[in-house]
Parts: sequence; C-alpha cells; structure tokens
Amino acid sequence: MAHARFSFSVIYEPRVHTVYIMKGGVDVKFRSVFDIIGPVMIGPSSSHTAGAARIGRVARHLFGREPESITISLYGSFAKTYKGHGTDVALVGGVLDFDTFDERIVNALTIAKEKKIKVRFIEEDAVTDHPNTARVHLKDDKGELELVGISIGGGKMEVIELNGFALGLSGNSPAILVVHNDRFGAIAGVSNLLAKHEINIGHMNVSRKEKGKEALMTIEVDQNIPQVVLDEVESLPNILQVAKISE
Amino acid sequence: MFRNVAELVELAQSRNVPVSEIMIEQEMDVRSSTREQVVGQMERNLEVMEQAVERGITEDVRSHSGLTGGDAVLLQNYLKSGKSLSGETMLDAVSKAMATNEVNAAMGTICATPTAGSAGVVPGTLFAIREKINPTKEQMVRYLFTSGAFGFVVANNASISGAAGGCQAEVGSATGMAAAAIVELMGGTPEQSSHAFAIALKNMLGLVCDPVAGLVEVPCVKRNAMGASNALVAADMSLAGITSRIPCDEVIDAMYKIGQTMPSALRETAQGGLAATPTGRELEARIFGVSLDKK
Repeated sequence: MAHARFSFSVIYEPRVHTVYIMKGGVDVKFRSVFDIIGPVMIGPSSSHTAGAARIGRVARHLFGREPESITISLYGSFAKTYKGHGTDVALVGGVLDFDTFDERIVNALTIAKEKKIKVRFIEEDAVTDHPNTARVHLKDDKGELELVGISIGGGKMEVIELNGFALGLSGNSPAILVVHNDRFGAIAGVSNLLAKHEINIGHMNVSRKEKGKEALMTIEVDQNIPQVVLDEVESLPNILQVAKISE
Repeated sequence: MFRNVAELVELAQSRNVPVSEIMIEQEMDVRSSTREQVVGQMERNLEVMEQAVERGITEDVRSHSGLTGGDAVLLQNYLKSGKSLSGETMLDAVSKAMATNEVNAAMGTICATPTAGSAGVVPGTLFAIREKINPTKEQMVRYLFTSGAFGFVVANNASISGAAGGCQAEVGSATGMAAAAIVELMGGTPEQSSHAFAIALKNMLGLVCDPVAGLVEVPCVKRNAMGASNALVAADMSLAGITSRIPCDEVIDAMYKIGQTMPSALRETAQGGLAATPTGRELEARIFGVSLDKK
C-alpha cells in the first residue's frame, strides 16, 4: 500500500471518544451543553490538561495501537506552561488511552516509562494560529502517524492536520476519512455509494498535497456509517484507506 | 439552535418556558437523545461538583506546588464565627467556589464550568444558594442547563479560553453564567437572566490571565472567589429590576474584542501581570528550580 507509514484501516471506536474537528462554514465550534458544563476531568486545566489528553487520545485511536515512541512538539501557551499544567502528563496519558477523568493521567509519564515507550517533548518557538497547539508524532516498527491538535478551551479540541493533510471538517457529527488517489471519479464514487445507502453528507472537504498524488476526503454525515458500507467504500477504485470517526 | 442571547431569551419568552428548558431540548435534538439521557448526564456532573465542593470545604486539600489549598476551610470556619460582614450566602458561595478550585489545583476530579480554571463559580454559588432555599434536584440540574445555555453562546460567539481571551473569557464567562442561572433559580425571567449576565461580565471585562508559574492556582482560586460574589450581586441587582444599558450580546462581543487585542503576555503564558511580579517569579523559580523567562 502506498502509505505504509500510516495504518489508516483502523476503525475509530464509536462512543469511546468524541473527535472534534476543525470548524468550517457557518457551523458552530461548540454544539453540546456538555462542552460547557463538562467535561468531568482531573485538574488543573481544561485546555492544558483535559484538552491535551483528548488530543493525545485521538492520536492514539487513529494510530490504533500503543506506539513505541511518542514525540510531541508544543507551541504557544502549551510550550510556555506545559509543566505547570500537566500538559505533558495529559498528552501522554491520552496516548496511553486514558480519558480526561482517568486518575492514571497523573502518573502517565511513569507508566509510559514502565511500558518502555520513548517519550520526547520539544518546545517550539514558532507562532501558530492558535496558542494551544500540539503536534503529536507516534511511531512503531509498523508505521507512524502525525497529528496536529489545538485545544480551544473548556476541554474541547480540534484536529487540524493529519499526516500533513489539513482537515476541514466541522462539528462533532459522525465522519469518515478517506485516503484516495487524486483521480477523476474518486470523489463521485464515494458520494454515489453513500447516496445508494441513503447516507446524507452534511459537510465534505477534499485536500491534496500534490496534484495527481495522494489526497484525503473528510466527510461529515448525519448518521453512523455501518462497517459494511466502509468496506464497500474501501473497495472502490482509487480508494486507498478508510477510517471512521464517530461521536 | 439559538445563536445569541437575544434569540435564547426570545425563544424562552415566546414559549413561556425557562432558559434551561430551551437548552435541554436543544441538547436532545443535537444528540438525538432522550430527556432522561440528557438530564441524567447533567445529574452526574452535578454529583461530581458536589463531591469536589464537599472535599474542598472539609479536607485539607493542598496542591503539589504548595501554592494553594486550605482557604475554603478557613472561610467556612470564619463563617461559623458569625462575624462576617458580607453575609452567609455570599461567603458560603465564595468558600465553595474556592473549594472546587483548590481540588482542581490538587489534580483532583472536577467538572469544568466552562473551564477547569473557572470551575468554582457555578457550583460555588449553586451549593451556597441550596443552603438558603433548599431547591429540588431538578431545580439544581436546571441551574446547570441555564448556565450552560449562556456559556454556549459565549463559547461560540467569543471565547471561553484564557489563552485566547484572558481570564475575562474564563472566570468572566463563568460569573455571567452563574448570575443568569441564579436569576432563573430565584424566579426571575429569561430577560432578567440576560441582564444579570451582562452586568456580571461587564465587571470582568479586561481581566487578564496571568497565572503564577503558569499554574492554575494563583490568582485563579481567588478570582473564582470574586467571580462567585460578583455573580450573586449581579443576580440580585437584576432581580431588583436593574437592567444593563449595553445588551448582553454586545457585552459578549466587547469581551471577545478585548481578548483579541490583549497582548499574549497576558493570555495564559505566565509572561506578564502577577506572574511577572518579583514574588511571582520567585515562586516560579522555587517550584521549577528555574524561572521560565530565563529558559
């Protein structure tokens, strides 16, 4: 497969975690009252601890397994204050699959060490659009993943970049990510198939790094997409990998 | 879906229902959930808040840095002396707000409202008013939905992040949310809730986020204390019939614009304000062994 560097076939488990993705169009950033009254979490900071844990956990779920090494670059306020807020502990806790209220977060660095996972933090000086930005790089002998997440307040986070692709999805509705060859008909194939299964697309975004090469479709839909449909999408011409992101 | 406070108030008043009801129904719609599911989740959040308050006012909670802890208990003891000037409900709210933030600073379990750094104001005021009027569990849960409805507007139209908008976006928002919810709990109208929110937030405008050593401790715990007192006063003013000359949505917009023009040193970077005072730097050096600005 063209991108062995990232195992994309892993299905994001429904209900385990909400993946919040980049705002787009007129959609609102916060959709649920529990984004405001919540989350229940280990202190001390919703943006620097809970949001950070969620960024780490999304990376872990998209990677699909425990990595052998974790490299995290911190920007802006994250870079300045991560030690005091436990941002480092929380990000690694998230990668270890701990939820925001999991008390094991407090000891995440020690737990990672016991598991012999290499952990490295880089404090970046670069100015980013959002003050709380983290670039999470996970790796093992089978592949690697790089994700950029921003913590936008109150424990809510957004994934703005995945393996170099800018993500342009809105809200936290069920969504699928489709890696495909940048060829004519690839997008139509996927949308026709979803239409056949009466799945409505609420928002769709396509990005590519280079013309004619690998591209990424991010599709937000109104309901959960059954596995059989995903398998069908993956079998379409020019479709390389499919991953589901659900609430 | 309501996009601003004016729409929220209009929705509630045209249907003659409280703000909390609008929020519950919207949540059911957004999540395709039943009322039981939505209310049940809020009840669980309420329990977490109660446990944090209880822990903070009874245990000797201390943060790892040693900067905060124990003040909620001090205030509870002072209250029992009967000598307080600002009154029982007021100081009880202040103590319970601090209790929550002291537990938060000690890496305990809390419910963010709307953030962890500002998690004290909403439960602090709620559990103090409980002592006074003995509300039902449903009323207490509604208090959280009303707070959430106002916070929802701020989060979408401005910001609830200290790194983006300073403390006014965090404790400021929490204070407005609590003030609006107090009004509903005390029998005020949705319109009065919006005035209480506006009055409360107006008095938090410009508040910077300048945590010593970058920790959610100094001055966060005491800012929650003052947020709780501000919320009670703003709610009382509104219930007395006082209105805000500047409409609620415009106050929220002003807060957003102030946040945008606030220097980064005053937005949760521990580079300015109290964090950059000689004592702030000294504490920082003691906690981390080296001052952050010298790295």
